[in-house]
Parts: sequence; C-alpha cells; structure tokens
Amino acid sequence: MAELGSPKFLRRLEAPGVDQGRAITFDRPLVLDSGRELSPLTIAYMTYGTLNAGKSNVVLVCHALTGDQFVTGRHPVTGKSGWWETMVGPGKPIDTDRFFVICANVIGGCMGTTGPAETDPATGKPFGLSFPVVTIRDMVRAQAMLLDALGIHEILCVTGGSMGGMQVLQWAASYPERVISALPIATAARHSAQNIAFHEVGRQAIMADPDWKGGNYQLEGTQPSKGLAVARMAAHITYLSEAALQRKFGRSLQNRNGLSFAFGPDFQIESYLHHQGMTFVDRFDANSYLYITRAMDYFDLAADYGNVLAEAFIGTKTRFGIVSFTSDWLFPTSENKRIAHALNAAGANVSFVEIETDRGHDAFLLDEPELFAAVRGFLNSAAASRGIK
Amino acid sequence: MSALRPDLAAIAEMIADGARVLDIGCGDGALLEYLSRTKHVDGRGIELSQQNVNACVARGLSVVQGDADADLAEYPSHVFDVVILSQTIQATRSPKKVLADLLRIGRHTIVSFPNFGHWRVRLSLLVNGHMPRTRALGYNWYDTPNIHLCTIADFVALARSSGAVIERALALSELGATHPMRPDAWGPNLLAEGAIFLLRAV
Repeated sequence: MAELGSPKFLRRLEAPGVDQGRAITFDRPLVLDSGRELSPLTIAYMTYGTLNAGKSNVVLVCHALTGDQFVTGRHPVTGKSGWWETMVGPGKPIDTDRFFVICANVIGGCMGTTGPAETDPATGKPFGLSFPVVTIRDMVRAQAMLLDALGIHEILCVTGGSMGGMQVLQWAASYPERVISALPIATAARHSAQNIAFHEVGRQAIMADPDWKGGNYQLEGTQPSKGLAVARMAAHITYLSEAALQRKFGRSLQNRNGLSFAFGPDFQIESYLHHQGMTFVDRFDANSYLYITRAMDYFDLAADYGNVLAEAFIGTKTRFGIVSFTSDWLFPTSENKRIAHALNAAGANVSFVEIETDRGHDAFLLDEPELFAAVRGFLNSAAASRGIK
Repeated sequence: MSALRPDLAAIAEMIADGARVLDIGCGDGALLEYLSRTKHVDGRGIELSQQNVNACVARGLSVVQGDADADLAEYPSHVFDVVILSQTIQATRSPKKVLADLLRIGRHTIVSFPNFGHWRVRLSLLVNGHMPRTRALGYNWYDTPNIHLCTIADFVALARSSGAVIERALALSELGATHPMRPDAWGPNLLAEGAIFLLRAV
C-alpha cells in the first residue's frame, strides 16, 4: 500500500552525514479540495524520540510557510539548526525523552514531499504550475495518511506556529477523536485581507522575475532568485515588529561612516534583509512559495461550518491551548482570541495565553521563557490526563 | 502546596465532586488547582492579569485571558455546574449584568465580596470623614479597582431583583472564619468583613 524510502532533496546537502529522515510513497491518490487528485503522493518526514508501547506519546509538529520537517538537530540541506531547536529536544518543553515527535513536510513543499518541483509522472517533466493548488485541509489529510501508515491513531498533542497553527486547528476540526490536545501558536482561523495582500506582493515579485519563465524555470535552467529573495524580504518584515527593528538596527549604517548618496545598502537593516533573501533562495523553491502562500490565503475554517467558527468545535473533547504575542501584527492577539472565544462558545476545554514580547510574529521561534513554561505546562497536563510519565 | 485561604476553602466546600466549574477572576489558579486535585472538577478559569494566566497554564489549568464585563456574554447558557466570582464583583463595571450572566451560564453561582457595611468601614467614614481604608479594603479612593462596592444588604437586594434564589449565605469574620447567616439579618451586615453567597437562578 505504501512504500518507505529515503527522501530526495532538490538541493545539494550541506550536511550529508546527518539523519535525513524518511519518505513514504502512497499508491492511492490524495483527493484534494480542488477536486483534483495527487498521485503518486510522497511525504517526507522526521521523527524524534521513541514511540511508547501504547502509541500514546505522539506529538505532531506542523511547520510554517518556509519551515520543514527538520524541527531540531542539524538540517541535512542547510547544515544549520532545525527551526524549533529551542522548543523540541531532550529536556526541552517538547521533550523528546518523553514524547515521540513527528513532523512532515507539507504537500506543495520542497523538502522531499510531493510539490511543484517534483516530476509529474504523467509528463516526465517537473509539475511547475500544473501542480494542483492545495489547501491547509489537504496538508492535514496528507498528514493523517502518514499517521495511518505508521499505525498511529491518537495524537497526544498537535502543535505549530503560524501556518503550523492553521494545520493544528484543521486537525482538531477534522479529526477531533484523534487529537487529545491542540496547541496552536500565533495563528488565525482565517487569513486576513492584510495577510493575503502581503502574500500577493511576494507572489508578484516571484512572477515578475524574468527567470521565473512562467513557472518553468527548472526546464529552462534558470532560478527566479531575485524575485524569491524580494518575496522573502517583504515577508520577513512582517515577521518582526517596529520596536524590534528599532532596537536591533535603528538607523545604524552598514560598514560606513556616512550616507553614500547612492542605492547600495547604506543601512544595517537593508543588508540584514538582503542576507535574509539570499539565504532563503538557497533552500527554497519559488513555485513552492506560490503554492503554500495560496494555501494559507484560502484558509478560513469557519467557512466550512456556516461561518460560525464555534460550529467547527462543537462537542470536541480536545484540550486547547492558544498562544499569541503582544507585538505580533501578522497574527495578532485579536485573531487568536477569536479562536479562544469560539472554543468557549463550543464548551471546549481551552486555555489562552498572550505573551509580552517586542519580537513580533517570529517570537514563536525564539527563546521566550514564558512560551516555554506555557507549552511545558500544557503538554504535562495533557500527558498526565493520559497517564504518560 | 500551602493551605487554601479560608474564604476559598469555604467556597470549595460548596462544590460537589466532579462538577464543571468556571472560576472568574481565578488569580494564580490556587482554588482551581485545589478543586481539581481534591474534588476532581472539570475546571476552567478567566483571569484579567496575563501573568496570572501564564502561571495557571504553566501549572496545567485551563484558563483564558479575559474579563468578566466583556467576555461572559460569549459563553453559552447552562454549561457549567458552578460559576465562581470570588472577590471580584465589586471591581466589575456592570455588576448587575455580570451577575445576570453568571446566573445564566451556571446552574449554581458562588459570589464572594468584601462587605462595605462592616462597622469599621462605617465608623471610619463617620469619624474621619475620608473614604474608608481598612484591612480588607486597603486602597485610596483614587486608585481603587473596587468601583462598585456594596454591603451585604445591597447584594441580597440585587440577587433577588436578578431572580436568584439564595441557597446558602456565609459571613466571613475578620479572622477568616465563616459562619452561616440569614441574608436579611442586620447583624452580619454590621459585623462581617465579607460574605459568600451560593445562588441559583429560578
């Protein structure tokens, strides 16, 4: 039914010696929200820790827009640390000495899971824009197929930030009987107009790059690096906050004593953004960026439930913990609180924590002791409710 | 764990094993934790202070940041066995509306508050001519969060006009002891430092 193998990566490996995880290929298709089918479907994933005998200690981590399955430890492609190194590992809040952590690359991604850069078996060429548009719910369906193939039914906790949080909410709505606890962080039950607008800027930057070639850059032997870098630069600003930018960079100049009266990177913030853009294009696929941002834009959980968000959670037994950050203007507290209110209205078991920080949306990836304490407490309480030591 | 404050212990004593409980203004979660440990309640909390909420979540409690005035309207009716409002009603903007919400959300409602009819309060205003500052009410008039203080007699009148049945009434003494009282008696309204009421909507 499904075949287990090693993932194939688009990029050269910086750290070929480290664990590259697994890839599972399904022979049955995934029927997508768009009505199209994805087949064959390959899901690349990583696991950390040990699955207990009762298969009851599973923590499913859902990654954000530009994240991937390499949550912690060294990343085989980039050679750098995993994106949630602060949160996941032995003795960390998501303790891999106690929990079996699974993270899968989302469909449409570019780290081994089927996405637009993969070869379309029908044509023998890369999918490019012929790849079907996917949704957050499609991503979650694919993850459910993975867990089924691994023989795992119950998830002790499903967690993630930003787009990862959207998947958490979708998991809780689609599979309430499988999800013991859900911990969405810095997210929303719908993508706001402002967020769709920022995504569209990013997509237009990619598509305006002549090297994008209508999405066929792989066949043409080009890379829309400039467009993708601009998309990343614009997006990166939304992950920070005015206060954090001021604190970190202010108006400080980059390696110069005065203004250049030209258009090179005079300011530190400019060269910082350039660096963010440059390093991103080395690890990410431009078409994947189009597809995954689209999936986020399409996310509106209440729309599937008569526009009443509470209806998505009626009768749920799942425990919810919701976390927001004061300076996050991309997924502000108000959006997170809306989820908490809907859960309350549905009579669900819900906690809501707003963490004071000036680091903006990115705070969920950073060293935030109050976040760690909240995650640890929430997870401990979920584990205790299932008798997990 | 340190001993529970006497007024909280008296509240805990009113709650049945395994009840669904909503504690509004739950502070650092001491009562909720005590209730889930000793009475196995299914407990939830609402708390204004973010620091307190974080402390509650870190100790494994289900607590939402919010305030009684703004957020109770969002709760569906009759979902909790007991709703607790401990030492908080005097700090709400609309005590009458809050009480109506409590009676709607819970099958039973427990309210505790400081008694502004206590003899020290009365004497302080009479003798000093300043807004009273007592052990139980230690704020200046200009910085107090207690914007809607009441006496026991005032609360009894509000409860009745809100259609509540008073099932139990306890007087809180200065030493923290609790005694059953008759809601209409003049004695407790003069001598009790605070009161705890167990109410039920008709």
